[in-house]
Amino acid sequence: MSQLFYDAAPNATRVSPERGPERHYPEKPEAVTLFGTCVVDLFLPEAGLDAIRLLEREGVRVHFPQEQSCCGQPAWTSGYRDEAKAVARAQLDILDRSGLPVVVPSGSCAGMFRHHYRVLFADEPDMLKRVEALAERTFELTEFLLKVCRVQLADRGAPSRIALHTSCSARREMNTHLHARELLQQLEGVERVDHDHESECCGFGGTFSVRMPEVSGAMVKDKTRSLMDSGAVEMVTADGGCLMNINGSLEKQKESFRGRHLASFLWERINGASAGEVA
Amino acid sequence: MSARANILGKLRDSLAGTTPRPDEFDEHLVTKPWRYAPEDRIARLRSLMEAVHTEVHQCRSDSWPELVAALLSERNLTNLLCAPDKEHGRALQAHFEATEQKVELLAYDQPVEAWKDELFWKVEASLTGTLGGIAATGTLVLWPDGHEPRLMSLVPPVHIALLKASEIHDNLYDMMVAQDWAAGLPTNVLLVSGPSKTADIEQVLAYGAHGPRELIVLVLEDA
Amino acid sequence: MSQRIPVTELTPDFRGRAEEALADGQLRNNFRVAMDSLMTKRANAFPDADEREGLRELGNRIKAGALSRLPDLLEQLEQKLTENGVKVHWAETVEEANNLVHGIIEARKGSQVVKGKSMVSEEMEMNDYLAERGIECLESDMGEYIVQLDNEKPSHIIMPAIHKNARQVSKLFHDKLGEPETEDVNQLIRIGRRTLRRKFMEADVGVSGVNFAVAETGTLLLVENEGNGRMSTTAPPVHIAVTGIEKVVPNLRDVVPLVSLLTRSALGQPITTYVNLISGPRKPDELDGPEEVHLVLLDNGRTGAFADAQMRQTLNCIRCGACMNHCPVYTRVGGHTYGEVYPGPIGKIITPHMAGLDKVPDHPSASSLCGACGDVCPVKIPIPELLQRLRQENVKDPEQPQQVKGGGAKYSRTERWIWRGWQMLNTRPALYRSFLWAATRFRVLAPKKAGPWTENHSAPVPARRSLHDLAARHLDQNGGRPS
Repeated sequence: MSQLFYDAAPNATRVSPERGPERHYPEKPEAVTLFGTCVVDLFLPEAGLDAIRLLEREGVRVHFPQEQSCCGQPAWTSGYRDEAKAVARAQLDILDRSGLPVVVPSGSCAGMFRHHYRVLFADEPDMLKRVEALAERTFELTEFLLKVCRVQLADRGAPSRIALHTSCSARREMNTHLHARELLQQLEGVERVDHDHESECCGFGGTFSVRMPEVSGAMVKDKTRSLMDSGAVEMVTADGGCLMNINGSLEKQKESFRGRHLASFLWERINGASAGEVA
Repeated sequence: MSARANILGKLRDSLAGTTPRPDEFDEHLVTKPWRYAPEDRIARLRSLMEAVHTEVHQCRSDSWPELVAALLSERNLTNLLCAPDKEHGRALQAHFEATEQKVELLAYDQPVEAWKDELFWKVEASLTGTLGGIAATGTLVLWPDGHEPRLMSLVPPVHIALLKASEIHDNLYDMMVAQDWAAGLPTNVLLVSGPSKTADIEQVLAYGAHGPRELIVLVLEDA
Repeated sequence: MSQRIPVTELTPDFRGRAEEALADGQLRNNFRVAMDSLMTKRANAFPDADEREGLRELGNRIKAGALSRLPDLLEQLEQKLTENGVKVHWAETVEEANNLVHGIIEARKGSQVVKGKSMVSEEMEMNDYLAERGIECLESDMGEYIVQLDNEKPSHIIMPAIHKNARQVSKLFHDKLGEPETEDVNQLIRIGRRTLRRKFMEADVGVSGVNFAVAETGTLLLVENEGNGRMSTTAPPVHIAVTGIEKVVPNLRDVVPLVSLLTRSALGQPITTYVNLISGPRKPDELDGPEEVHLVLLDNGRTGAFADAQMRQTLNCIRCGACMNHCPVYTRVGGHTYGEVYPGPIGKIITPHMAGLDKVPDHPSASSLCGACGDVCPVKIPIPELLQRLRQENVKDPEQPQQVKGGGAKYSRTERWIWRGWQMLNTRPALYRSFLWAATRFRVLAPKKAGPWTENHSAPVPARRSLHDLAARHLDQNGGRPS
């Protein structure tokens, strides 16, 4: 979001934001707040629980404020700014109560906190300080494990070959694909294979999948085909929305291939459950 | 109110209360990645040109006319459009006369209207000088004038260009600044970087769409 | 056989057209292959990420600087061009622009026009306007020529005939020009070259677009690979250049990074075959070149975009096409689905200003906001951000003052109430937790058909326990205090 104005006039011509420096990661904190995200909450709660377990394993205490709900993204991307803002404000209040670092098991929601809240609250200068503070202390799960906790994962699962799908916001806003790759690389028995058009969108895009089902359907079909053709036995992803989209399509296509949340995959690998055989 | 006044008025209204941004131009961004050691310039230029099907020959000031004769003969070309009032035109004419070349030397010495049919359908090749070259992009710079008009390097299917090694610049910015182009440009400035081409059908490359099918560059290493 | 879509027969809505395009396997394959190729070419042209990002930033700053003083720059451009002997004309609407162009042609009693590539002339529908007045206006860019011959609109701004394969072109040339059929692309190009050569020679007027207009020197800059642009702007006695008001840059040096960004982003080329800088008509001591050169500056909604500081950024566009090359939606539905002059991501953000958002109400939602376009835009237009903004404008109450032409077309009281409901649910923790409880406890009642979602997915079923539940239990067990 561009805030670089040569002059402060609201109608001044805008420029793109300066390329920021690499993110500087703090020392591992004692405690964090987990923001579960509404998709994980209702459809993939085990993944959220696995995220909590992974964090606790690193000696980080996890708070889960029961008042949390949704980051506001669905209304925001549908053009309902006021409604999105009201929900965002509520989350901001909840997260500011403890002021703890926030860990999010979903790239798009983390992106909402880190990048889009400041757009949402652009017309409320008093809120911006709080919004910036939240952005500063929000981490996507993969990023937090790798860069803040500096995890060392020991693989106790059977050899397996997986494909990694990264949500567009996670990829573009937070380089999650790189963090996830690094984490997966720590697992000795896991071979990660590239899939065709890996960086292409899976077609979810939140409400896009219901507003433009024809195009979205074509996109997810291509993505599932590409994942299945990659030679992997399963897919892992750090984003709940993409996971719902891809698994939902696979089920409808009556394919046996499935995806899993990265948190669940990691938790299982380091605890020794056999993760499936190399195809 | 005229369209002009309306448009400018709307734009000014939209900018009310703002100040213009200063001109930001970090010239390093267009020069630093595009600088070469002098001994590498020709190689760089050549490799980029050959990548797009330009035929490049390195030769000397005394050998190029003979090379031109050979190039024309190879292609069974019977005429060549060339400027008799330019130094290179005179040199070529002298050589052709001395060696009794069969190739007819034509001059672009009348307005195009007077001989359009001949120019478009009869002229088989042309030879022009250049203002210089650009190593970064494999480009020739032409400033057409009354002796070597604009269509000369466009219409004939084969275009031969003489490029002096000493006039090859690293990049376009350096050349523009060194020659102070901003102080005044001629009617037409041409940057030519290969023979004409198109990939409009299935992205398959085909040469000779509307401009010359062949571009031949003679780099005069001692000039 | 790919569907040929004549200009008058487009299905009226985006989704309908998208569905047709998706069903056309040939078209989909053509586009997939072509877009993959263009993406690879661009990536290869920018091997150094630092160099690329530095240049993109410079491009963005140059355009922003130019826009921040656009009216002054336009006046300077006009002054310099006039000093150089070029006649400058202004047009607010496409009708005015067409009128001006027609007037210039009429004054010369012209009947044949040859045209280099110009998207602005597509906005004007110039060919049709002139044809109705007995003036032949022939496209000379190979791709545009093919598309015109088949009475279609271009499907991509850089590669207009990308939806056609060689066999289709061969048949077209056979049917319309009487040429023997051949799938040899070189032969097909030779046919085009021959046919158009005579036209270049005989045309009364040549029309072109402008890639960049330089205020400092009064210069029009054009890039091309074929040579038809040079032909159209040199051979005929009159040259008319048409362009949008946003194409002016302050200084000659500005074209250096901008041309580099354009050619590398569009086609992965370090430079195009020809870069053509025109600073005036034929001088007394010159033997060719047009006697008259005109520039028509067109508004057509650009001042509307300009009025809003956020939307003003759409005017950064240098028409490279990289955004559509990288767009997963565009790849799948090709160019005609968008229905208007400019397709793809850039089309979605500029068409509302030209035609009105109410004419293209589906445009802002025809995106998953994946962000690929914003990543590759050489002048860093924040396309996803602008699509978001247009979504907001789309659902505004049409009774309220609009900031974008045609806003409020998708206003729906029902939808507003749904989102209000969503807001209430998500701002009242007790209500939200009740909803979670009900959804998980009554999960067997989850509907098998859930609207458009179940067209492509199995019906989603809530988990047995929400994360709220699982977390509360886990953290209680482990002594953590849920706050």
